[in-house]
Amino acid sequence: AGMFLRLLSDVRWRAARPKWRGATCSCRSTSSTAEPHPIALPAQAQVVICGGGIMGTSVAYHLSKMGWKDIVLLEQGRLAAGTTRFCAGIVSMARPVSIELKMADYSNKLYQQLEQETGVNTGYVKTGSISLAQTQDRLISLKRIASSLKVMGIPCEIITPKQVAQLHPLINIHDLVGAMYVPEDALVSSANVSLALATAASRNGVQIHERTSVSHVSVQKGRVTAVETDRGQIQCQYFVNCAGQWAYELGHSVGEPVNIPLHACEHFYLLTHPLKEPLPSNLPTVVDPDGRIYIRNWQGGILSGGFEKNPKPLFTEGRNQLEIHNLQEDWDHFEPLLSALLRRMPELEALQIMQLVNCPESFTPDMRCIMGESPAVHGYFVLAGMNSAGISYGGGAGKYLAEWMVNGYPTDNVWPLDLKRFGSLQSSRTFLRHRVMEVMPLMCDLKVPRWDFQTGRQLRTSPLYDRLDAQGARWMEKHGFERVKYFVPPGKDLLDLEQSKTFYKPDWFDIVGSEVKCCKEAVCVIDMSSFTKFEISSTGDQALESLQYLFSNDLDVPVGHVVHTGMLNEKGGYENDCSIARLSKRSFFMISPTDQQVHCWAWLKKHLPEDSGLTMEDVTWKYTALNLIGPRAVDVLSELSYAPMTAEHFPSLFCKEMSVGYANGIRVMSITHTGEPGFVLYIPIEYALHVYNEVMNMGQKYGIRNAGYYALRSLRIEKFFAFWGQDLDAFTTPMECGREFQVKLDKGLEFVGQEALLEQKQQGVYKRFTMFILEDHDADTDLWPWWGEPIFRNGRYVGKTTSSAYSYTLERHVCLGFVQRFDEQTGQRLVVTTDFINQGDYQIDIAGQRFQAKAKLYPFSSLFAQRRRKDEGELSGY
Amino acid sequence: AIPVRSSRLPLLSDAMTAPAHLYPLIRNCEISRLCSTVCYCHHRHLCCLSSHFAHSHFRCAPQKKFAALCRPKEDFNYFFHTRDYASTPQRFYLTPPQVNSILKANEYSFKVPEFDGKNVSSVLGFDSNQLPANAPIEDRRSAATCLQTRGMLLGVFDGHAGCACAQAVSERLFYYIAVSLLPHETLLEIENAVESGRALLPILQWHKHPNDYFSKEASKLYFNSLRTYWQELIDLNSGETTDVKEALINAFKRLDNDISLEAQVGDPNSFLNYLVLRVAFSGATACVAHVDGVDLHVANTGDSRAMLGVQEEDGSWSALNLSYDHNAQNEREVERVKTEHPKAEEKSLVKQDRLLGLLMPFRAFGDVKFKWSIELQKRVVESGPDQLNDNEYTKFIPPNYHTPPYLTAEPEVIYHRLRPQDKFLVLATDGLWETMHRQDVARIVGEYLTGVHHQEPIAIGGYKVTLGQMHGLLAERRARFSSVFEDQNAATHLIRHAVGNNEFGTVDHERLSKMLSLPEELARMYRDDMTIIVVQFNSHMIGACQNEEL
Repeated sequence: AGMFLRLLSDVRWRAARPKWRGATCSCRSTSSTAEPHPIALPAQAQVVICGGGIMGTSVAYHLSKMGWKDIVLLEQGRLAAGTTRFCAGIVSMARPVSIELKMADYSNKLYQQLEQETGVNTGYVKTGSISLAQTQDRLISLKRIASSLKVMGIPCEIITPKQVAQLHPLINIHDLVGAMYVPEDALVSSANVSLALATAASRNGVQIHERTSVSHVSVQKGRVTAVETDRGQIQCQYFVNCAGQWAYELGHSVGEPVNIPLHACEHFYLLTHPLKEPLPSNLPTVVDPDGRIYIRNWQGGILSGGFEKNPKPLFTEGRNQLEIHNLQEDWDHFEPLLSALLRRMPELEALQIMQLVNCPESFTPDMRCIMGESPAVHGYFVLAGMNSAGISYGGGAGKYLAEWMVNGYPTDNVWPLDLKRFGSLQSSRTFLRHRVMEVMPLMCDLKVPRWDFQTGRQLRTSPLYDRLDAQGARWMEKHGFERVKYFVPPGKDLLDLEQSKTFYKPDWFDIVGSEVKCCKEAVCVIDMSSFTKFEISSTGDQALESLQYLFSNDLDVPVGHVVHTGMLNEKGGYENDCSIARLSKRSFFMISPTDQQVHCWAWLKKHLPEDSGLTMEDVTWKYTALNLIGPRAVDVLSELSYAPMTAEHFPSLFCKEMSVGYANGIRVMSITHTGEPGFVLYIPIEYALHVYNEVMNMGQKYGIRNAGYYALRSLRIEKFFAFWGQDLDAFTTPMECGREFQVKLDKGLEFVGQEALLEQKQQGVYKRFTMFILEDHDADTDLWPWWGEPIFRNGRYVGKTTSSAYSYTLERHVCLGFVQRFDEQTGQRLVVTTDFINQGDYQIDIAGQRFQAKAKLYPFSSLFAQRRRKDEGELSGY
Repeated sequence: AIPVRSSRLPLLSDAMTAPAHLYPLIRNCEISRLCSTVCYCHHRHLCCLSSHFAHSHFRCAPQKKFAALCRPKEDFNYFFHTRDYASTPQRFYLTPPQVNSILKANEYSFKVPEFDGKNVSSVLGFDSNQLPANAPIEDRRSAATCLQTRGMLLGVFDGHAGCACAQAVSERLFYYIAVSLLPHETLLEIENAVESGRALLPILQWHKHPNDYFSKEASKLYFNSLRTYWQELIDLNSGETTDVKEALINAFKRLDNDISLEAQVGDPNSFLNYLVLRVAFSGATACVAHVDGVDLHVANTGDSRAMLGVQEEDGSWSALNLSYDHNAQNEREVERVKTEHPKAEEKSLVKQDRLLGLLMPFRAFGDVKFKWSIELQKRVVESGPDQLNDNEYTKFIPPNYHTPPYLTAEPEVIYHRLRPQDKFLVLATDGLWETMHRQDVARIVGEYLTGVHHQEPIAIGGYKVTLGQMHGLLAERRARFSSVFEDQNAATHLIRHAVGNNEFGTVDHERLSKMLSLPEELARMYRDDMTIIVVQFNSHMIGACQNEEL
C-alpha cells in the first residue's frame, strides 16, 4: 500500500484544469488540495458516472472510445482511492463462468497495452499464475477450468507438483496432487490502471471531478433526469452507479429505489519486507484454494491474502465514509491464513512483516458481479459487486456496460451478470449480510455440480412446504423460492452434505431414478409454484394486439388454448421463453421461468403501450402449481373432478378452469414441461393443501408419489427440451434451437425479431442446438458432465454444452449444447447445416477427458409414444 | 491485599520444579531439610510468610489459617507417608479429559426459571464450583432462593482447622438470614405451625450440588436454636420493616453465638456433643451476597471476597470490590483490633500478619479459642469427650491471651445498587484471590460469559516481527480463546485459569495436569481450596428498573 500511497500523492488529480495532467507532472505538493474545487460542475451532461475506481474509469474509458463525449465522472474522494487502491492487483483469467472468463481475458489484453496508450505506468507484469490442488477433487475442478480456458485460446496447462517447484522456488509441494498453470496471468498496480483509464478518458473529453459526492438521483416518468451532488445539480440522461461497496446505498437515494444487492466484507492481506534475495518481479502468482490463500510477489517480498471461512461483514447499517482507511488490522482473524501461507512456503518464517492491510470488498448473493440497467429507472446503469475480482473484470465489464448503453445490449450474453436477475427480495440487509458470509468463503470452496447456497433460505415457499419437507423433500433455491430436488424415501439416509459433494455419480442417483420411473409408468406430483405468473388483460383488443407484437407465436387462438412462444428481441434472440394461456378473448395467463420475474416484467413494461385499458398483474404469489406427470394423471384428475380428462375431451395444450375435490376454480392445463403426459394445476393458494391432499389420496391406487426437479430435469433433457437461462439466452433464436414451429412468420402481424428471423431463415443459422448421447461414458466410474463442457467435432472445438442429465430411459448421459462452425483458416463463423451436424464425429471434454458422443437434432421418437399433437412439441420446464 | 502479584508467575514456574527434586530428599528422610525446602518454595509461591517460619517444624504448612497449630500429628504422618509414593512411579501427566473430569467434578449451575419466556429476576443464574487442595476440602458453598421474602442468597465459606465450622455455617447461616428478613406476621405463622404440628412454610429453596450435604444428625439441634432465635424476634417485634443490612449482621452474630452456646451446653448424644465442639473449635469465614432486584448486599466475615464484574462502555472489563478482606493487609481492620484491646497488647495482637501470631483472618465464625476466656476453654475441654482432650490443638491456648474475645463473626456489609453495566458477581474463597488478580478475574469471566474474547488487538507498529514469530503468537492467543469453549461453567473456567495459567496468561495444559495430579499431601503446598460462585445478572431487567425510576 505504501507504493500506492506514494503514487497517489505524485499523481495528483488536477481538477483545476479541464485536461488532466498525467504522471509526468508529479511533485504536486499537498497545497494543490487546498484549492478544492476551482472548476464548477457542468449544468448538464449526457452521462454522469459516480465512482472513480476501476469500474467507473473503465466505463468512462470505453464510453468515450465508443464516441460518447459528454461524460462527467464524479468521485467522492480521490480517484482510485477505494477498494481499487487497496486491491491486490492480480489479473487472473481462471474463471469458471464463461462470460467472466471473457471479461478477464479482455481486461488482461487491455491493461497490457494501456501504458503504451496513455503513458501512465500501470506496473503490468506478465507473471503467470499457478493454482494448486491439494486434493483430487480440486484438481478435477482445475481441469474443468483448464478445458474451458484452452478452447478460448488462453494458454493453460495442468502440471505436476514437480513442475510447480520448478516454476516457484518457495512452494512446499509435498501435499500437492497437481496444479494449473496459466502463463498469461498478470500483475498490475490497480490504482494506476484506474488512473491510466482516467487519463485516456480525460483525453477523450470526459470531465473528471474529485471530491464530489452524489446525494440523489432525480427520476421523472421512470427516467433519470438529473444528479444532485454536494456541489450542485447536473442534468443528465444516463447515470452510472459504479460506487462499489456504496452502490447499495446510492441505489436507494433515488425516488424509485434501485436494488443493488451487494454487501461489503473485510478482506485482509499481508505485505512483507523484501526477502534477503528479493523475489523476482516476474515470479508467478500462487493461488492455493485449499489453503484459501493467494500469494504474489510484491517489491521483492510477498503480498498474501485470502478468503477465510469466517468473514467479517461490515457496513451492514450502511455507514458511509469518504475513503477507506483506518480499518483495523486483525491478526487473530488472519491467523488461519497465515498458517496456510507458512505451510505453503515454510521458508518465509523469517520474513519480516510490513503491514496487514484491511481492504473491504463487496460481494453479491450469487458470487457474480452486477451489471446493467435498472428495471425500474431507465437510464440508470449499474456496475458493481465484483466479489474481489474487480481488477480481473474491470476492463471487460466496463466495455460490456458501455456497449449496453450505446447499443442497447452488449456484444455477448451477460444475463448471468444482469442486475435484473435480482429483485427487491435479495435486497434485505439481513439476507445480504448472511449470504455474503457464505459467499466469501465460497470463493475458495470446491464447487461441485448442483451445489446450493445454504444461507438466506426459506424466504419464498409454497404453502405445501412443510408437508413436502416432512415427506423427505430435499430443497434447492431459485430466485429465493424453495424447490424440491428429490424426496428421500423414509428409512434411507443420504451422505451428509460434505461427503455428498462429488464430481462423480451422486448419492441421489437411485432416488431420482425411481421418481423418473414413476413419472413414466404411473403418476408423480411436482410442486412447481415458483414459476413467474403474469395476467394480462384489456378492455378491448389491446392485450391480444400487444402480445402478438411481443411474441413470435400466434396468440390469436381459441379461448382455452395454451401456446408456447418466445419473447424475442430485435435480433430474434430469446428474452424470455414462456407458455401463454388464453383465458378469455381479452385476457391471457403467462407462465415464465422463476428468475424472469424482474426481467420479464421490465421488458413488458417497456414495450406495452401506455394504455389505461391494458392491465398487467404479477400473480406469481396467488397460485400454487402442482404438476401431475405420468400416464395415470388422467385417471387421478377425472376421478377428482368427475369430468372426463381423456384426449378427446381435454386435448394437449389446453386450459380450463374446473373443480378438483371440493375446490372450484382450479386452472388445469394439459402441459407438464417434460413432454410426458399430464397436467399442471394452478391452484389459488388457499386451496393448495386441500387439492394436494385430494390428489395424493386419490392417486394412491394409481401409485402416485412426490417427485422433484431433478426428475423433471432428467425427463426434459432426454426429450431435448431447452431451458431459458441455461440453454437459451438473448443471443439464441428459435431457428437455432429447432423451434421454427413456434414462430409464425406468416401470422400477418409484425412482431419483434421478425426481420432477423426472416433473414436467418433465408441465410441459415450459425449455431445449432444439438443433443449429445455420451457413448463410452460409464456413469458409475466416470466424471459426470455438468455444463460448459467443450464439444469437439472431428477433433476441432465447435462449442460448449449448456446442460446435461442422466437419462434413465436411455441409460446414458445426455448433454445439450450448441454446435458452431469455424472456418479452418480464418476462424470465421460459418452457417451450420443439418448435414454438418449429422456428419461429424463428436467428443465431449469433461475435465480434460474426452468421451465419444452421438449428435442428434431431434429427440428419440420412441420416447414420444404418448405425443398427441405432432407439430406442437412441448417446451421444457424452466 | 494481594501479595506481590507481579512476581508471582515466574516464581511459580520455578516452584513447579520442586516436586521432582523433593523425592530423593524424602527417601533420605532428611525431614528438616525437606521441611525447609517445602516451606521455602511454598513461601516463594505465596510470598505471604516471613522467612523465619521456615525454621519451625510446626509451621511447615504455612498457608493454613492457623500458622502453627494445624493438626500437627497428621502433618507428621504426612512426612512419613511420603515414602509410599517415592517407590510408586508418579503419573504427572493427565490427559485433557482427565483434567476436565477433575475440574468439573464439583461444578454446579442454576438458571433462574423464566415465566412467560421472561426472566423477571435480576439474576439470570449462577455457576459454582470448587477444587479441593485439602483432603477433605475445608471450603463450603451455599445458594438458596428466599421463598417468604424476595431475593437470592449465595455464599462461600472457607473453613480452617477442619471443616466442621464451615459445614455448619453453610447449612445454617441462610436460615438465620432468612428468618431475620421475615416480617412479623410470617414469623408468627411459622411459629404457630410448629406449635400445632402443621406443615411449615418453606423458607428457603436450596440450589445444591449432590456433594453439598447437610448433617442429618444435627438438624434437630440446629432447628431448635433457630426456633429460639425467631421466638426472640417475635418477642422483640419492633414493628419496623426489616433492614437487610441489619438482618445480615444480626444473623451472622446470632449464628456465631449459637455455635458458641451449643458447645458450652453440650449435648447428651455423644456424637452431637463431639460435633458441636468440633464446630466451635474450628473456624470459618463467610462471604454472603443477598440479591433482591437491583439491591445487592454483600456481608463478609474474613478473607473471602466478593467482586463485581463491570463492563465498560468500550466493552472491556473491570472489577469492583464489594467486600474488604479482614486480615493483616487491611489497615482499618488492624486498627479495629487494636482499639478493642488494651494498649499493652498492641505488639502481640498482630504478629507475622496473623492475629496473635496464629490466625490469618481477623474475623471468623467458630474459633472459640479466640473468643472464650481461658477458664471457659479449659472447662469445656476437660468436660468434653476424650477425643477433644487428646487433641493438642484444642488444649493449646494462644500466646498473649489476656482480653478475649479477640475474634468476632460480625460481618461488614456493603450495599450496591445494581447498574446495567454490572454483569456478574464473583464470590470466592482466598484460594482464588491468591493466584489471580481481580482484574484478570473480571476479564476472564466477562469474556467467558459474553463469548467475546476482548484481547488487545495485536498491532505491529514499528516493531520488527517475522511471519514465524507472529504465527507463534497467534497460535497461542487462539489456544487461549479455545479454552473458553471447553467449559460450560464460568466457575470451572475460572479455576482452569487460576490453576493452569502460564506467564502469558494462557491456560497451559501441562501445568494444569501437573497441578491437578499432585498427591493429596503435596497439593496444599501449591494451592489452597478454591470455591467460586459466579452470579450472572439480568441487565435487561436491571436496565428496565433503572428506567422506570428515571
